[in-house]
Amino acid sequence: MKVDLVVALAGNANVGKSSIFNQLTGLGQIIGNWPGKTVEKAEGVLLHHDKHINIIDLPGIYSLSTYSQEEIVSREYIALQHPDVVVNVVDATALERNLFFTLQLLEMGAPLVIALNLVDVAKKKGITIDEKKLQKLLNAPVVPTIATKGIGVHEIIDEAIDQATRQASAHKNNIYYGPEIETRIKKLERVLTGVHIIYPLRWTAIKLLEGDSEIVNKVGEKHPDVIVAANILAGEISEIHKEPCSTVISSERYAVAARIVKEVQTFKELEKPSIGERLDALSMHGIWGYILMFTIMISILMFMSLFGGWFSEIIQNLFESANPHLTGFWPSLFWNGGVVGLYATLAVAFGFILPFYLILGFLEDSGYLPKIAYLMDRPCHTIGLHGKACIPLLLAFGCNVPACVGCRIMETKRDRFIAIFLSTLVPCSARTVVILGLVGAYVGVQWALLLYVFDFILIFLIGRLLNRFLPGVSVGIIMEMPSYRVPSATVITKQAWNRFKPFLITALPLIILGSILIEAMRLTDVLSLVSNALSPVTVVWLGLPAFTGFLFIFGVLRKEASLVLLMTAAGTVDIRSAMSPVQMIVFALVIMIYVPCIATIAALVRETGWKRAGFITFTEIGLAFFIGGLAFRLLNMLM
Amino acid sequence: MPQEHIEEYLEAIYDIAGKDGTAKTSEIAERLKNAPASVTEAFQRMKQKGLVRYESHKGVTLTAKGYKAAIKMKRKHRLLEVFLDKMLHLPRENIHEQACKMEHVLTDETEIALCKTLKGPTECPHGSPIPPCNLEVKNCQECLSEQSLSLEKRDKDIIAITSLKTGDKAKIVFVRGGGGVMQRLCDLGLTNGTEVSLVRTAPIHGPIEIRVRGCKLVIGRGIAEKIFVHKT
Repeated sequence: MKVDLVVALAGNANVGKSSIFNQLTGLGQIIGNWPGKTVEKAEGVLLHHDKHINIIDLPGIYSLSTYSQEEIVSREYIALQHPDVVVNVVDATALERNLFFTLQLLEMGAPLVIALNLVDVAKKKGITIDEKKLQKLLNAPVVPTIATKGIGVHEIIDEAIDQATRQASAHKNNIYYGPEIETRIKKLERVLTGVHIIYPLRWTAIKLLEGDSEIVNKVGEKHPDVIVAANILAGEISEIHKEPCSTVISSERYAVAARIVKEVQTFKELEKPSIGERLDALSMHGIWGYILMFTIMISILMFMSLFGGWFSEIIQNLFESANPHLTGFWPSLFWNGGVVGLYATLAVAFGFILPFYLILGFLEDSGYLPKIAYLMDRPCHTIGLHGKACIPLLLAFGCNVPACVGCRIMETKRDRFIAIFLSTLVPCSARTVVILGLVGAYVGVQWALLLYVFDFILIFLIGRLLNRFLPGVSVGIIMEMPSYRVPSATVITKQAWNRFKPFLITALPLIILGSILIEAMRLTDVLSLVSNALSPVTVVWLGLPAFTGFLFIFGVLRKEASLVLLMTAAGTVDIRSAMSPVQMIVFALVIMIYVPCIATIAALVRETGWKRAGFITFTEIGLAFFIGGLAFRLLNMLM
Repeated sequence: MPQEHIEEYLEAIYDIAGKDGTAKTSEIAERLKNAPASVTEAFQRMKQKGLVRYESHKGVTLTAKGYKAAIKMKRKHRLLEVFLDKMLHLPRENIHEQACKMEHVLTDETEIALCKTLKGPTECPHGSPIPPCNLEVKNCQECLSEQSLSLEKRDKDIIAITSLKTGDKAKIVFVRGGGGVMQRLCDLGLTNGTEVSLVRTAPIHGPIEIRVRGCKLVIGRGIAEKIFVHKT
């Protein structure tokens, strides 16, 4: 396919880039009201007036420096891939900070279109922006948008097409810094003219003055003399301002941004504190904030447990009422393997997993997650992390895979490793199915909650250990706090569906197949062979029925499968007749800790490498069986 | 009353004073192992010098002048602790007492030289923050690279941003430390001279939320303690 135009979306975190991307491409890039969702660039195609347009969604960044992984991804893309147009998405409620980034894009000389997003929210806050004036000052088209409603998004593309066809001279940057800086940028540009560099000239000169380590290394490799010249010029600037050159340039950019804002923005202070502010005061309160947070968390678990149990029962009754109670190999295989596998999976999918994704989507879209990061920052320090780690850890309740990837919002390698390790210990929706669907439904909700509490204690202890033995300290949190917003029902359902779809497509057939396989093995007595081989661990050490052995192996593929297959392997849907309460608790406990599923292991390898992924996996296997055996002995004494 | 005693009192009040800035006579007496009567007498003397506000039965609070003097002593004390620990490798348990004695004879010039030699430490060996100096500098690099001690004294009172009260407005004067975090703060708009206001503080040494350039930022305590501001 011929691509007519490549358009990259760039801007600060949490300004609506992914929303615009989804509106344009119809794809389901995950969006939500917290900074740092998009960690990798996403690509989509749009057909606009017979033109094939490639849209690239870049991670949100505040600066084109190298502080974080996302910044490197975004800047490498813009500087080296040369998209035809960069659409700079700008948050109208925080124009000054956003323009700081716009100015850097202008330094790069990229053909720019400004999408002035969130104009509706800005209006509510009493902010009005003169777009025409802004357009003139920046020498780039400005389009006001409300991305969540799709307003203005197609005008962006019209402008982008126009902008791409304009002469390069039309993109001329007319933003200048103080004369003492400009003359030195010019001097350095002259030094650089003879040098072959892949980056834009003015931008390279500025980056060299700032002492950007990557650019300095790249240029310095072949042209150490340029670096010497840059250092002298940077020294002169810092001599004048009595500050390091990099902060001088940042201050200068902010001074320009402030000047522009002063010209284009009018602000009318609201008389009453907004609802959002009042909600902030409650949800971030030193006491009420914590009470609210724990109430929300416990209510979610309680609701999930009750709803899931209720729903599973309905489905089960529905199907079992049609049970023909046939005997013989093929009918048994069909019913106990196929049909039971199908409905048990459906119960799990629609009773537990989908509702959970809806709740998670609500929390994400409302902007509550960053509040948790704020509240939990201090407690996180005891396990060597800072508050931002709470966001991937909470996402891990949905699925560990995106959580591991989401840990990229942690700034240092050490913090990332700790956060990733702990994420894999968070009971994901699949494990929640086993905990709530087995222990919660058949032993009691209080025991299910106790399992969670135990898991949190385990996470805390492992965090402490890692913190102790890994060198270094956490850098501390620096995070933008987004305002609350009314979550959009369409966004939440779409998002939940996007997360849920892979489960239906890959997990459902796999589990049914596994169920049929186990039934076949049970009918042919192969299952007992496998089970007997594993019985030293399952029966002797963990005190579980022999048939559970195979489930631990299958559970590596999909953890939610272990509940469904448990029924198949036990040969009955009434688990109570096959397992004692203690056995159920021990089984759920081991499933909860024992090994990340295969998809999580793959994510671990990708994020941390083979060695660390192996370390996490084997530690957790050992830990699970060790704790499981202890729990069996302890619980037998108690219950 | 010798200067040394006054300084000990100032430090004790600074350490003990609670959220409202008041310290009780009995607490001070216990801390300094003095009789309550002599403590009250000392408070009266210090009141005459304009260092404290004192009314019997109400406890004692530091005045701006007293606060400044107390901070200065704290700074000297903790710098000395770092010196005794890092350079002289004395046992940790002895350094506090030694620093207590040395701090009173340390001149300002020596204090600055000590800070430079130790490369501008931010915390004492026990983990308490070292208050900033009162030189007209914008950050530590500038001071560390300066050869002579030609820097002028600051005439403004500066405090860590974490010492602001909710709703207080202030201007950034100085960010301690360097490297990535400082550049990050700059990128987010916390450049020198920027107006900020404190929105809220999380309990038990948690992070703070500030408003800067129209947006809200959450900053961890450790980083925030290195941002110094001048109240407006």
